[in-house]
Amino acid sequence: MMESIQQQFEQIFGAEWGGMLFSLATNMTFIFAIVVPLLLGVAYLTFAERKIIAYMQIRVGPNRVTFFGIPWLRGWGQPIADAVKAIMKEIIIPTGANKFLFILAPVLTIMPALAAWAVVPFSPEVVLADINAGLLYILAMTSMGIYGVIIAGWASNSKYAFLGAMRSAAQVVSYELAMGFALVCVLMMSQSLNLGDIVNGQQGGSMLNWYLIPLFPMFLVYLISGVAETNRAPFDVAEGESEIVAGFHVDYSGMAFTVFFLAEYSNMILMATLTAIMFLGGWLPPLDIAPLNMIPGFLWLLFKVAFVLFFFLWFRATFPRYRYDQIMRLGWKIFIPITLVWIVVIGAIMQLPDSIRDMPPLNIWF
Amino acid sequence: MIFQDVIFYIFATILVVSALGVITARNPVYSALLLVLAFVTCAGLWLLLEAEFLAITLVLVYVGAVMVLFLFVVMMLDINLDRLREGFWKWFPFGSLIALVIVAEIAMVVMGKDFGLEQMPAPEPQAADYSNTKALGRLIYTEYVYAFELAAVLLLVAMVAAIALTLRQREDKKSPNPSKQVRVKKEDRLRMVAMPSEKKK
Repeated sequence: MMESIQQQFEQIFGAEWGGMLFSLATNMTFIFAIVVPLLLGVAYLTFAERKIIAYMQIRVGPNRVTFFGIPWLRGWGQPIADAVKAIMKEIIIPTGANKFLFILAPVLTIMPALAAWAVVPFSPEVVLADINAGLLYILAMTSMGIYGVIIAGWASNSKYAFLGAMRSAAQVVSYELAMGFALVCVLMMSQSLNLGDIVNGQQGGSMLNWYLIPLFPMFLVYLISGVAETNRAPFDVAEGESEIVAGFHVDYSGMAFTVFFLAEYSNMILMATLTAIMFLGGWLPPLDIAPLNMIPGFLWLLFKVAFVLFFFLWFRATFPRYRYDQIMRLGWKIFIPITLVWIVVIGAIMQLPDSIRDMPPLNIWF
Repeated sequence: MIFQDVIFYIFATILVVSALGVITARNPVYSALLLVLAFVTCAGLWLLLEAEFLAITLVLVYVGAVMVLFLFVVMMLDINLDRLREGFWKWFPFGSLIALVIVAEIAMVVMGKDFGLEQMPAPEPQAADYSNTKALGRLIYTEYVYAFELAAVLLLVAMVAAIALTLRQREDKKSPNPSKQVRVKKEDRLRMVAMPSEKKK
């Protein structure tokens, strides 16, 4: 099927250009197959957030909008209704704003949030770009997301927006370091930067083989840094509504604001997916026995991602907001030393003679 | 490969135009952003050369960290553009002299007889499973380990010096110290006093 289409392309456009255009067309199809479910996931993540936090606070949450009047779907139409509302609203550009950068900022925020998904493996075979330096690529892409925030803060020509952008930039740059060092531990264990190889390195029959156990401190550092990196509560000083209204996107309205919102939530899903891939065994079942390994790997990954995302929502419902100097202290004085020590510990274990490393429990992981 | 040539020329055009924009843009924020664009397109060119590790590191280090801080500083500064351009024509002859020297140096390297497609033909494309990162790591930590460690020490010294130069301890600052706050015990602040209960007269 695919080959016959490729031959068609090559007949029309010539051998070289036909092949290029064919791979372009297939890649575009794959990209749509990733981005459309992702955006739907974002929409329903907002719904899940409102419902879960509502039940944690003994409320009901959104329970009105439904599809075709079906009673048991009450509330499930809410994200669709919200999207329609956002599209209909006017985008107001403040008089003193820099128009070009004001419009560019949300684009620069959503671009890396979606581009990072190119190397994420969904099951052993399903990945858009199976590149060697996948982990580095994701780090590079997520580190570019900060530009949208800074530019939005500056282009709005507003003190609140600028303050929010500065807070956010300083916070993201700080936590990126701790996050990078935590990932160094993962790649020392797996000896590969390829995300598929990292999951395969956790194979071995049970969840004891997952990097969660030997790298447990790194798992905590990564999870908390992920919350800080996405500017979520309790690290949401960048948009602290009691101090600076809404931070960097205070002057945005309508679809421009929604794009920031989409980027934040797709970054959350990305962080959860990376945590699942690097520490919770990706698509591997917790026990390699009959009923569990019959479930397709994709569903296991989905389940683990949902599990980590629940933590994100749980944190928001539970913790009060950190003060700014406390955030900086946690990042620089606690997380970075922990990660540096753990890199040395993992390196030391890897240098032990084989006779010691073959003893249980070390032989499970090294 | 015509397709790669097309991509190369697109990237090269964007790179040259954005690099020119860096020095001609009136607004320093635009200059910094154009420099970011130059770095990203440069990374794209490096990807065409199959140097994927260096390309991604360029984006990660320069775009993701260095330029963020640059942009930060540029946005915080209140630059008066007219005063910045005051001495332009006065210093123009000197600046163009330096530019000429740099161009001559580059020309001597690039147009020399040891440089060119005859001396150094394009290397064979590597197989798909070839790991650029691994090859680079092997070289850095074996053949060039002294140079690498020296560079690392140099960076560390620069970092320590920068911190030492800018660190000031103010005695009268009132900002709270979180580690002190966390370590506070009940005994430090609360004193229980035994006293007889008073009676109403």
